[in-house]
Amino acid sequence: MIHSLFLINCSGDIFLEKHWKSVVSQSVCDYFFEAQEKAADVENVPPVISTPHHYLISIYRDKLFFVSVIQTEVPPLFVIEFLHRVADTFQDYFGECSEAAIKDNVVIVYELLEEMLDNGFPLATESNILKELIKPPTILRSVVNSITGSSNVGDTLPTGQLSNIPWRRAGVKYTNNEAYFDVIEEIDAIIDKSGSTVFAEIQGVIDACIKLSGMPDLSLSFMNPRLLDDVSFHPCIRFKRWESERVLSFIPPDGNFRLISYRVSSQNLVAIPVYVKHNISFKENSSCGRFDITIGPKQNMGKTVEGITVTVHMPKVVLNMNLTPTQGSYTFDPVTKVLTWDIGKITPQKLPSLKGLVNLQSGAPKPEENPSLNIQFKIQQLAISGLKVNRLDMYGEKYKPFKGVKYITKAGKFQVRT
Amino acid sequence: MTDSKYFTTTKKGEIFELKAELNSDKKEKKKEAVKKVIASMTVGKDVSALFPDVVNCMQTDNLELKKLVYLYLMNYAKSQPDMAIMAVNTFVKDCEDPNPLIRALAVRTMGCIRVDKITEYLCEPLRKCLKDEDPYVRKTAAVCVAKLHDINAQLVEDQGFLDTLKDLISDSNPMVVANAVAALSEIAESHPSSNLLDLNPQSINKLLTALNECTEWGQIFILDCLANYMPKDDREAQSICERVTPRLSHANSAVVLSAVKVLMKFMEMLSKDLDYYSTLLKKLAPPLVTLLSAEPELQYVALRNINLIVQKRPEILKHEMKVFFVKYNDPIYVKLEKLDIMIRLASQANIAQVLAELKEYATEVDVDFVRKAVRAIGRCAIKVEQSAERCVSTLLDLIQTKVNYVVQEAIVVIKDIFRKYPNKYESVIATLCENLDSLDEPEARAAMIWIVGEYAERIDNADELLESFLEGFHDESTQVQLQLLTAIVKLFLKKPTETQELVQQVLSLATQDSDNPDLRDRGYIYWRLLSTDPVAAKEVVLAEKPLISEETDLIEPTLLDELICYIGTLASVYHKPPSAFVEGSRGVVHKSLPPRTGSSESAESPETAPTGAPPSEQPAVIPAQGDLLGDLLNLDLGPPVSGPPLTTAPVQMGAVDLLGGGLDSLMGGANFAAPPAGTMPANLGAPLGGGLGDLFDLAGGVGTLSGSYVAPKAVWLPAMKAKGLEISGTFSRQVGSISMDLLLTNKALQVMSDFAIQFNRNSFGLAPAAPLQVHAPLSPNQTVEISLPLNTVGSVMKMDPLNNLQVAVKNNIDVFYFSTLYPLHILFVEDGKMERQMFLATWKDIPNENEAQFQIKDCPLNAEAVSSKLQGSNIFTIAKRNVEGQDMLYQSLKLTNGIWVLAELRVQPGNPTFTLSLKCRAPEVSQHVYQAYETILKN
Repeated sequence: MIHSLFLINCSGDIFLEKHWKSVVSQSVCDYFFEAQEKAADVENVPPVISTPHHYLISIYRDKLFFVSVIQTEVPPLFVIEFLHRVADTFQDYFGECSEAAIKDNVVIVYELLEEMLDNGFPLATESNILKELIKPPTILRSVVNSITGSSNVGDTLPTGQLSNIPWRRAGVKYTNNEAYFDVIEEIDAIIDKSGSTVFAEIQGVIDACIKLSGMPDLSLSFMNPRLLDDVSFHPCIRFKRWESERVLSFIPPDGNFRLISYRVSSQNLVAIPVYVKHNISFKENSSCGRFDITIGPKQNMGKTVEGITVTVHMPKVVLNMNLTPTQGSYTFDPVTKVLTWDIGKITPQKLPSLKGLVNLQSGAPKPEENPSLNIQFKIQQLAISGLKVNRLDMYGEKYKPFKGVKYITKAGKFQVRT
Repeated sequence: MTDSKYFTTTKKGEIFELKAELNSDKKEKKKEAVKKVIASMTVGKDVSALFPDVVNCMQTDNLELKKLVYLYLMNYAKSQPDMAIMAVNTFVKDCEDPNPLIRALAVRTMGCIRVDKITEYLCEPLRKCLKDEDPYVRKTAAVCVAKLHDINAQLVEDQGFLDTLKDLISDSNPMVVANAVAALSEIAESHPSSNLLDLNPQSINKLLTALNECTEWGQIFILDCLANYMPKDDREAQSICERVTPRLSHANSAVVLSAVKVLMKFMEMLSKDLDYYSTLLKKLAPPLVTLLSAEPELQYVALRNINLIVQKRPEILKHEMKVFFVKYNDPIYVKLEKLDIMIRLASQANIAQVLAELKEYATEVDVDFVRKAVRAIGRCAIKVEQSAERCVSTLLDLIQTKVNYVVQEAIVVIKDIFRKYPNKYESVIATLCENLDSLDEPEARAAMIWIVGEYAERIDNADELLESFLEGFHDESTQVQLQLLTAIVKLFLKKPTETQELVQQVLSLATQDSDNPDLRDRGYIYWRLLSTDPVAAKEVVLAEKPLISEETDLIEPTLLDELICYIGTLASVYHKPPSAFVEGSRGVVHKSLPPRTGSSESAESPETAPTGAPPSEQPAVIPAQGDLLGDLLNLDLGPPVSGPPLTTAPVQMGAVDLLGGGLDSLMGGANFAAPPAGTMPANLGAPLGGGLGDLFDLAGGVGTLSGSYVAPKAVWLPAMKAKGLEISGTFSRQVGSISMDLLLTNKALQVMSDFAIQFNRNSFGLAPAAPLQVHAPLSPNQTVEISLPLNTVGSVMKMDPLNNLQVAVKNNIDVFYFSTLYPLHILFVEDGKMERQMFLATWKDIPNENEAQFQIKDCPLNAEAVSSKLQGSNIFTIAKRNVEGQDMLYQSLKLTNGIWVLAELRVQPGNPTFTLSLKCRAPEVSQHVYQAYETILKN
């Protein structure tokens, strides 16, 4: 089971350690630093490292390394999932998961870690339960606490802990009862030089924000549930009901949570909302090259594509770029060689383009590889897979809740090869 | 107001100041002080000096303060055991608190204090908490048993906590069940032999019920526990699978992978014609693919596991190739794994796509990745024959890019393609030759030289090309030197007229100027070959090469099956069984897949069969050559490896024209000067070891008289197959010791030395008891007889046939492998005589289906003679009966591994055919025991 946890920042300082069994010396992290040095990039540090007496399983999140030490055979996914859960909890409690936030709340962090794991076994990881045990810091509360001398640790057993619905606490009360669902779809795609799709799939999630009093029992149905054939559910969903009727039936946790995540991979369903015309070329034996890209709308279902950003990792020999955008603004970082072009909305009448010259290191050979373009965009009020919520019903409570569903489509890992 | 204020140190008096604050009367101040102490602790500062002051704060009704003090206690109790005792009373009191949260907290904290004195006091509160009315306390107490076991295992057993823990598996609360399972699993891991998790259909049912209701982490523990269960038949396996399948839709990837493990394991028991089987296969693909959209660390672990799964059951993901396509911003560790799986899934149907992708990757920035991509193209060519042509043209395109490392990798893989499809793509050689100058890596140079040598007859300027390499011969790596030597010899054999000078040059470089024994030896072999029998040389050097196998990096089937049982664990990430790397794994139990119960094995259709051998097949492969070689080299060899004194005592042999004779005809009578031969070993042909052989002979003779029957020596390794070394031998057993009697003959023209022997794992653990002692180098045409003592304590692996023994023999020339069958009677031990009563009882006890009957024909002996003859080989007659004129002999024998074999031999006077009935708990040995009977009786 998980033995210890070290939090390490990008400059290699261990700024927090927590041991759930006996104390493991910090020096075990030297093996991690060694691996980190070997990897060219922070993102490339291998997640599982073996040392003579321990295994180090780590994740990299928000510029921090969460390095756990284990000694016996343990499922690595279990450890990685748990570490991500820890990071999520920090995010949830402190609004951000950063070194500063963790240091500012070090005692709460320690209390949380103690509550989340006992002897290496996960104890309470549901944010609903944790928040009953340890209250998140708010400016108001710390003022009140210092006046009244009360503490931010709950002294009753969280109600959800042992019931059959451990994710929900009892006695929830709201004056305005609301249930909101966000259907968020991300398109992962690889488009080749000629513009045809090499690979495309949709990663979708339905995030919920439920503020309903009492013990509401919800059912959510879809116009076209057939789209969902590869789905992962929040534990609250009754699997049998889904299997037999294709209805999501559940008693929701209180607050924000991810209801389902799903994947649509069948190619003909994945519409590609933008196209890119590109011409990037480097001349042989000359220290410059041409750069020209234009973006236009493709299958956008009549909605506006907005928030478009293009990022390009230019080859190492590129010294500088001298470009003119017809729309938006661009930056080029000569150190990391990253070109970012912030476009905004596409107006079909005048397609945005970025043109100009690339300055190369003189004397260096012409770069072999052509850079890939990474594209970000957003489309409001559209789920690109066509998924539509049919209706939401509530049982078990008398009041009438306010309901809302929002759709949004985004680019995930959307890459265009040139 | 943030906690960072706790870090602001007040220079030197920090500890002192904290002490004062801790002892303050004001609650708030106390709490703040404890917080400061904890903050210092988190960054690794030593605040243990404050122990008594902090413990004083423990008796409080403020839960937060209590928790903080507990946190501190857990960290420092070990360094202050006497002080820690002060806290015991409060703990015991807290365990009685009406608030379950406090009861649980107390028992939880006590378990974390690793101080013997405290654990003594822990037992009573723990016992109460395990039976607490509140499930939250019970589940915390369950984990506490595991903690306590870690500190003092004996105490836990003596106090009967293990039984209480087992009872908790039937608890009404699923969380308690999950924690009990987790605790038991952890305890069981340190005691593999204990039967803690003794699962039966009832407890399985309880686990499956709890599975639906407990937290995600609990589900992982329960699933991992289920995976260790062995269902009694396929119906039970199916019903478990049905109840586990919904877990595949869980949001937690660890739950998904643990469920995959259970399904992959139990699927093994399901018949393949079952509809359910194919439904299950279909259900497995989406969750595996979904894992790939998670965070990169999760992807990595998932990919390592998918790598195993596609080797075991390629049909699951065969349509999902595209999800493994690499994105340019994937971390490198994900890219490399994806690439590996792409190759495994490559087939005729998707090869075009795969190749297009690979070509794309070959222009990426990351050098390691590009190299692997280029290699992957070569692997595709070898794997999918139809694609070979396209692969070759892709590789040629890549060579045109002139990117140095791409060209080099491409040449290395093209060499492999030539090995797989000879005489098909040689037209590309010209292009390859153009890039000769840019090659600077040994592997690529060696590959290119191999190509030039192999196709010397088609390359006009082959001699010039090779000559150009020869200039810097001594600066090349061994790999290149060896390849160059062979290539030039090939060239010479193909175009003898133009290249004699070149071959002489390389031979002298290899034999005279090199310090590398391998190179020197190879040089001598070629030299002698060419000088004595050029026709044979041609046969040897230009022999047709075996085609290289399809996929070289598949995991060996038995290991793969074991790894499938470890899906989701560290073992699956490292692709090694836990015994190979988990520290302190005492006698780890090897897991194995359950046998298939249905009768469908034969009905297996070829396309659904995994590419690896089906799981039921017995592994009879010699481990990868490298392994065996590694073992051999690890042996502490008697004589140190040192070649004969080559340069110190040269014997003048210049008169003999080493390359003369038959070569003339080959060269059309060209004038060919003999190379300087002043470096032949001094002791060539010295009559050594002869007397030694006699001695052994004598020993052998004596042995035959007193011991069991010894078969005449048979040739095990013909000289042709072992570069001139002929090995014949037999096995014998005398007075309790087994030996392998070997006759080594040197039929080569070179002295052999540095002999060593090694056995592959075998059914009875036969292994050499001493190193192979060949006291002097073996000169040409010399024979030496050696008796190698054997024991049966080596590692065991079931072989097919059972008595198969695979042997590797090494000498200064090379390593040779052969396999032989040993007669089983060398394993019959001297104390194989069973008591009469025992015999009767055992005979009845062994089920009838284990009985095997054989006929021994043409054996003209009577019962007395038979019995005494068999006794010589440790088959003992226990009783004799005469039934209706027939003699019934009841006999017993015992094998070295303790297996008893009981026999009933029916001898009819005047009839040369005997009937032999054998009964044994391990019926597979019967056949071999019968053969032993036959050999003994007939000789």
